[in-house]
Amino acid sequence: MRILVMTKPVPDPAANAERLGPDFRLDRGASPTVVNGNDEYGLEAALQLVEALGGEVAILTMAPAGGVETMRKALAMGALRGVLVADDALAGADIPTTIRVLAAAAQTQEWDLLLGGLDTSDGAGGAVTAGVAARLGLPLLSAAAHIAPDEAGRKVRVRRLSAKGYDLLEAPMPAVVSCTQALGTPRYPSLKGIMAARSRQITTLSLADLGEGLLPAGGQWPSRVVGVQPPPSRATGRAVTGDAASQAREIADYLTAQRII
Amino acid sequence: MPVALLVIGEVADGHLTKLSAEIATLAARLASEAGGEALGLVLDAAPDAPAAEMAAHLPRVVSVASGPAADEVWAPHAAAEAQRLVGEGATHVLVGVTNDGRDVAGLLCGALGWGVLANAAGAAWEDGRLVVDALVLAGKAITRSTVDAPNAIVTVGPGAAEATALAAPGTVETRAPAGETPVPAAVVLERVAEAGAAVSLEEARVVVVGGRGVGGPEGFGLVDELASLLGGVTGASRAAVDAGWIPYARQVGQTGKVVRPLLYLGLGVSGAMQHRAGMQGSQHIIAVNRDPDAPIAEISDLFVIGDLFEVGPALAAELRARRAG
Ligand SMILES: Cc1cc2nc3c(=O)[nH]c(=O)nc-3n(C[C@H](O)[C@H](O)[C@H](O)COP(=O)(O)OP(=O)(O)OC[C@H]3O[C@@H](n4cnc5c(N)ncnc54)[C@H](O)[C@@H]3O)c2cc1C
Ligand SMILES: Nc1ncnc2c1ncn2[C@@H]1O[C@H](COP(=O)(O)O)[C@@H](O)[C@H]1O
Repeated sequence: MRILVMTKPVPDPAANAERLGPDFRLDRGASPTVVNGNDEYGLEAALQLVEALGGEVAILTMAPAGGVETMRKALAMGALRGVLVADDALAGADIPTTIRVLAAAAQTQEWDLLLGGLDTSDGAGGAVTAGVAARLGLPLLSAAAHIAPDEAGRKVRVRRLSAKGYDLLEAPMPAVVSCTQALGTPRYPSLKGIMAARSRQITTLSLADLGEGLLPAGGQWPSRVVGVQPPPSRATGRAVTGDAASQAREIADYLTAQRII
Repeated sequence: MPVALLVIGEVADGHLTKLSAEIATLAARLASEAGGEALGLVLDAAPDAPAAEMAAHLPRVVSVASGPAADEVWAPHAAAEAQRLVGEGATHVLVGVTNDGRDVAGLLCGALGWGVLANAAGAAWEDGRLVVDALVLAGKAITRSTVDAPNAIVTVGPGAAEATALAAPGTVETRAPAGETPVPAAVVLERVAEAGAAVSLEEARVVVVGGRGVGGPEGFGLVDELASLLGGVTGASRAAVDAGWIPYARQVGQTGKVVRPLLYLGLGVSGAMQHRAGMQGSQHIIAVNRDPDAPIAEISDLFVIGDLFEVGPALAAELRARRAG
């Protein structure tokens, strides 16, 4: 089983230091960076599958050259090698361009499953993994809570999160899977893993390595942010103290006054 | 080229979803402002009822009865219909921020190369361009974005418009399926419903949410009890979901459901940014927390400082008493 996982470096949500730059785009220097949460869940699932079935897990990232730092964290979890697409011309790339570039880069590799996140904690576009499937013309198994390829390596079954529970999906491989937190908690890299990651190979590709036609005509991203504002503040309400019975009455009075009950 | 906004409708339990009705209303408004057209698509094994529901909000609805929609994943089929309608002149495609909606948006983006305006909380025309507002960075800011192109794909979250019927319903046009899908559609072998999943969180009038503070799966007994007394639905924070106390389908927040009920009641929820991103649009917010400094206080109309295992049962008793009285 060969699995390629698309891993995007994002601001560490725990640091709570994300900021928009003067161009209203994410200021990538403002916060420490981690692998996007959903990509990490996918990576964990991939590592477990390869531990059970044999094979190899590799990662694919499109980022500025400094992206290798974040990739090392994924390699420390157990991925064997990485592919980084880094090119100055991709700074601030929009969603369709990201899709074209990642699809082209994925095609330079051999794999049975291509995993990506359902969405990212920074952009939260939630379009890239499905878009890559469309570029490659491969089945999309989205919102995965469980991934089970068959032993012969021909088909994959995925539990897809639904509004009511899950749907059990099946498709032939190669296929594209979008991953969620429901896949389970990712492992912490061991000290051995961190050491090993230092010597694992990260291949850097530029746009020129990926062929023509990936940038939009005219070289400008048609998508742009034209303004930013703080979220509307809610009028602060009141604190309710006292014993539980009087608090319960106060809640019920409020609900009645607002015609909620 | 005149604008033509295509809304891709979603169906749940045989009906058009509330979110799709909202998006249809938004599109009808945008179309009339631009002097263009708005149309809807319903693709389902039984599209008649939801297509008629959508026509209450849109002048024209294309209805496609599709057998595979029942036993294959929906998004590739919906994307194929959308591509056909794009071929006939649709300039913008609007879908909901749901797993299916995002799959369609992603497939269309990969196939058409159009720009995506994601997670719209509102939309308007400025200088002939569609500009959308979206909450970003886990709710820290609202950006206004546009695409400098005649075409765009827009994913729309709940509450961007209030669903309103047209003076006269639109026409419904029945069509055979378009055929080839942009990707092979995966087969659905089985649909599994988890306990308590019958009612939709997004459509609930009241949502009662249990957080880590409820302490375990048993703690949701109290949450369920209050939800039923208030005619509402049980939700959960991610901490409770990750602990395995309740299924993921109940999660409220950035990576769960976005809810905008009349009342949000949170028990033992701290109010982290990522949780707020899924509930701060609620009309009334009440939180019970024993920590007077919990961040959810900042957005609560009533912030009840106390132990949920005391306040919760007292509230249940009070609601029962008032109901009886
Ligand atoms: C990328 C990303 C996405 C995320 N998406 C989501 C999401 O979609 N939804 C979500 O909810 N979170 C999400 N999170 C997690 C989020 O950051 C918080 O960790 C989570 O919301 C905390 O849940 P909680 O409030 O239940 O738990 P805690 O933060 O641990 O809060 C528990 C609260 O309960 C109170 N409490 C405890 N016992 C009692 C008692 N007996 N009586 C009264 N009060 C009590 C405590 O004072 C505390 O305030 C996400 C995080 C990341 C990084
Ligand atoms: N620059 C990138 N490098 C690698 N993977 C990416 C990149 N951007 C997006 N992805 C993948 O696409 C998924 C969805 O991203 P998005 O559509 O931006 O929310 C992510 O979880 C990643 O798996």
